[in-house]
Amino acid sequence: MRTDIEALIVACIPSLRRYARGLTGDRDRADDLVQDTLERAWSRYSRWQQRGELRAWMFGIMHNHFVDGVRAQQRAPEMHAADEMPELPARATQADALELRDLDRCLALLPEEQRAVLLLVAVESFSYREAAQVLGVPLGTVMSRLSRARERLAALLQQAQSPSGVPAAVLPLQRIK
Amino acid sequence: MNDEHIDPLPPPGAPITEADLHALADGQLAGARLHEVQAFVAQHPEAQAQIERWRAQNRLLQAHFAGVAEEPLPLRLPLGPHRRRGWGMALAAGLALAVASGALGWFMRGEMDGRTLQAQATDPKMFAHRAAVAHAVYAADIRRPVEMGGDQEQALVTWLTRRVGVQVHAPDLGAAGYQLMGGRLLPGGSGAVAQLMYGTGRGQRLTLYVTREASTGETAFRYMEDDKVRVFYWVEGKLGYALSGEVSREELLRVAEEVYRQLTPAAGAGLTPNG
Repeated sequence: MRTDIEALIVACIPSLRRYARGLTGDRDRADDLVQDTLERAWSRYSRWQQRGELRAWMFGIMHNHFVDGVRAQQRAPEMHAADEMPELPARATQADALELRDLDRCLALLPEEQRAVLLLVAVESFSYREAAQVLGVPLGTVMSRLSRARERLAALLQQAQSPSGVPAAVLPLQRIK
Repeated sequence: MNDEHIDPLPPPGAPITEADLHALADGQLAGARLHEVQAFVAQHPEAQAQIERWRAQNRLLQAHFAGVAEEPLPLRLPLGPHRRRGWGMALAAGLALAVASGALGWFMRGEMDGRTLQAQATDPKMFAHRAAVAHAVYAADIRRPVEMGGDQEQALVTWLTRRVGVQVHAPDLGAAGYQLMGGRLLPGGSGAVAQLMYGTGRGQRLTLYVTREASTGETAFRYMEDDKVRVFYWVEGKLGYALSGEVSREELLRVAEEVYRQLTPAAGAGLTPNG
């Protein structure tokens, strides 16, 4: 029924916002993306034929909007700029808060295509096949991007926690010895 | 781009690949392949450690973004298709069951301070949450779910109307399978809030909650879940409705549409829904 689909679309919005936040790293840009996605979805949902999960359809719309936006902004350099961590601010004592900020920065340093796969799989719990559908790429591409994303993010996080910021729990022990 | 260097999800019997380890970490293996990969990992501590690191990364990401999905939705997001009339668009002030209410701080003790009280009073999600709490409190009450029974419907409506100061109507949900059980007044921050309760013969209960302070001007029909209680709610001007129940979303939607239809003249129900 039409209204059921409408309710399903509305029910997707929180996770769409979450995914958009991770993709863009920016609240306003994320909601711009969600807004574009919803407007598109509302104008086309009557033609959605239930051939796949509605959620994947919605995320696919968002992905296309995101890619269009990235292309429009000529943001390609970001995709290759991940080799060096930018300087991190001096570490505060609040370790948790810093870790969260680190995570934002590190995610932003992932190539967009890797970030998308990682967020879909790790945060939104998409199956690999659904992720492939959303992103419009073969399954093997999803797997390789996921692999690289995980490796890259782990390296970035480790890097973020070492150079200026001293892992407080480790260094004192070394000094004691 | 040399993206294709990992084999996608090999079939049973194939050599274990990195793709299998990812799939195990993400809970995407099943059946024979799951057992094969588990057996492999049991003999390869390094693979096990890798999987644990991936899982920890997943948890880190999940925790990092968990809050976003809980945020109230920004007003600019379109919550429905563009129609001749949006949800609640045509709710007439005198027609609806409208209740002057404050922020219902009574239910929200400890969660609110004075600074946020005002903002939350007008947030539809917050009123929907309060409706869900009120539902959980009273729908579970076997002996005294309502203050005044639905068998005295006219007296109930008169009473609520007088206490609230706005003409109250109780939709007739008999055709949808729910009988009016009665209603009660609830304390709000600046006046009374009313809750009408409906039930089936099998003990399923729904409550209709109305506030006049959800004044965001939104007209969309929205849905939320609060613990086990599902809520459809909609707002027009200062009139907000929330229909709550521990039923499936489809069932709740069915009844919510009937409520909306009866309380909205443009939806074709006529002006005296409680016939």
